[in-house]
Formats: sequence, structure tokens, C-alpha cells
Amino acid sequence: MTPCLRRRRLVTDGTDDADPHSVAAERRAVRTRSFGIGIAVGSYGAGFGALAVANGLSMVQAVVMSLFVFTGASQFALIGVVGAGGAALSGTVAALALGVRNAFYGLRMAPTLNVRGLRRLAAAQITIDESTAVAISQPTPDLARQGFWSTGLTIFVCWNTATLIGALAADQISDPSVIGLDAAVGAAFLALLWPQLTTRTRQLVAGLSALLALALTPVLPPGLPVLLAAAVGITAAWPEPGGHHTEGTRDV
Amino acid sequence: MSDAALLWVAIVVLAIGAFALKLSGYVVPGWVLEKPRVRRAATLIPIGLLAALTAVQIFGDGKSLVIDPRAAGLAYAVIALILRAPFLVVVVGAAVVAAVVRQLVG
Repeated sequence: MTPCLRRRRLVTDGTDDADPHSVAAERRAVRTRSFGIGIAVGSYGAGFGALAVANGLSMVQAVVMSLFVFTGASQFALIGVVGAGGAALSGTVAALALGVRNAFYGLRMAPTLNVRGLRRLAAAQITIDESTAVAISQPTPDLARQGFWSTGLTIFVCWNTATLIGALAADQISDPSVIGLDAAVGAAFLALLWPQLTTRTRQLVAGLSALLALALTPVLPPGLPVLLAAAVGITAAWPEPGGHHTEGTRDV
Repeated sequence: MSDAALLWVAIVVLAIGAFALKLSGYVVPGWVLEKPRVRRAATLIPIGLLAALTAVQIFGDGKSLVIDPRAAGLAYAVIALILRAPFLVVVVGAAVVAAVVRQLVG
């Protein structure tokens, strides 16, 4: 049984909603939304599988990457560099640079998930953009855990299945942009970001990070502009709460 | 070493490194998490990265910036999000809009 299906008492801090029906309904709603996100995001794995084979990887290499690397942007970074004729190991460095953000996601999820042993290894492997984004947009820790596991496991299954299908069908879907999949990924990131833009600090960080990444795109290898955009968040998080920082101090 | 073997090495190193990065967030000592500065960073950095990923995914093309049908998909997504559309309506709609615009201009 997957951890996301385990029944747990809803623990809230004071603002307790004790009605078991509404708790169950909320969990169902989170699960349904997670499945939707997981299927939508996971299906893009078909694009990865197809592009990987088109860029010179074998089908087995494409499938192994999705199973064990399992972080989309990094996977695309490696096949992008290899496809453009770059050295495979320099592609690895770019891909790892892009994967650093998952460490921050893990940092964010650790207190909420509170996992040990094998379950911690499983949680780590599905700690990616979407599972974290769904989790941190939930109002309670219980729903956050539900969202994390449901989203992460659904994406894992769909992403790997789709990778295999895409690699098999590489000749037919060599260009995912024909059916708009390239825009769908950007829209998915935005839709995940949107509910988090609740304070002016957060909106500023999002806007400046996007601008910085765009400004750096022409001058740096693919992957690094996104990574360096983290500097905006770090800078915004640095100042200790002071008298004139009325907003974004207790809850940024 | 052959190119194929080097590619395998690159994939294995990436797999190990990517997992180590993911796991590192879970195994850092608890006191690190208690620092308010770290808490704020852990909230704000993913927000910045998601915004950067959105921007680069829509406007980036290798090392150049372009405005192409993906931007139409993003514009649709913004409107759909303002109207509180469900996630799938946002994402699938953005794909459809981008594909239609691409057919019209291409």
C-alpha cells in the first residue's frame, strides 16, 4: 500500500475542522488533483523518450534515465547537450546543476513528511518540482503529505510509461512542439507557481527570478540561468526581520 | 572509451548525483531547518526557480530568446489561472492554443 493511502488523523494547529466527511472529501479532492497533474506532467515523458532517441540515446538508456534520474529538466539538459554535439560528461554537469533545486525541495519537504529508512529513499526519488509544488500549496500538513505522495508516485508511473512509449514511437513524435507540448510544460510550471504568489515578497521573487533567468539565457549554457535565478530567492531570504519589513517576515 | 560507453558513464553519474542531491535535503541536521533564514530560503527559492523555469521554457530556444506560439499558450494560461480554471484546463488549453497558433502562423 502506498503511504499516500494511509489514513491519518488530521492534525491542525487550533483551527480544527473535525468533520470527518469534509476531511475525507478534502483528501479526495487533493488526490484527484494530484492524479490530474501527474498524468498531465507524466505524459510529457513521451516527449523525453522520443527526443532522447532522436538525440542518439538507445531506448534502454532513455528508460534507465527516466527510472533513475527522474527529474525532467535534468534529463532534457543531458540529451540537449548530447544532441547538440557536446561532451556527454559536460551534459551531466549541466544536468546536475539543474538538479540542485531538488535539494531545496527536500529541505522544504523533510519536516512535513518526517520519513525514515526506505520510505525516505522513496520520498527522495520523487522529490521534484511538481510533487513539492502540490504539497506546499496545501493548507494542512496532512493534505501536503497526501499531495506529495499522490503527485510524485503518479508522475513516476506515468513518466516512465510515457518514456517507453515515446522512445518506441520516436519516429512518429520526433517534434512534440507540433501538438503544443512545449507550451504545456511552461503552462504547468506557471499553474504550479500561481497559488504560491500570495505575498508581495513572493511575487517580487518570482518576477525577478524570471527576468534574471531570461537575461542570462543568451550568455550562459542551458541550465545555468535557471539555477542562478535561485540567487534572487536567497537574497530575499537573507535579511533578518526588521521593523520596516512589515510584510514577508513571519511568513514569506 | 567509446562514445556509447561515455554516454553510459554520463547517465550513471547523473543518476547517482541527482539522487544524492534529492536525498541531501532530507539528511541535513535538524538545526539547519530551524534557522528562519533557511526556512525563508526554502520557501522563496522554489518559487524563484519555478518562475525561472516557466520563463525559460516559454521564451528560451537554446541560447536565444524568442517569442513564438508558446507565448500564446502562456498568455492563455495566465487568463485561465486568473479565471481560476482547473490545472488540466490550463495545461491542455495552453498546448491547444500553442498548436493552433503554430498552424496559423507556420
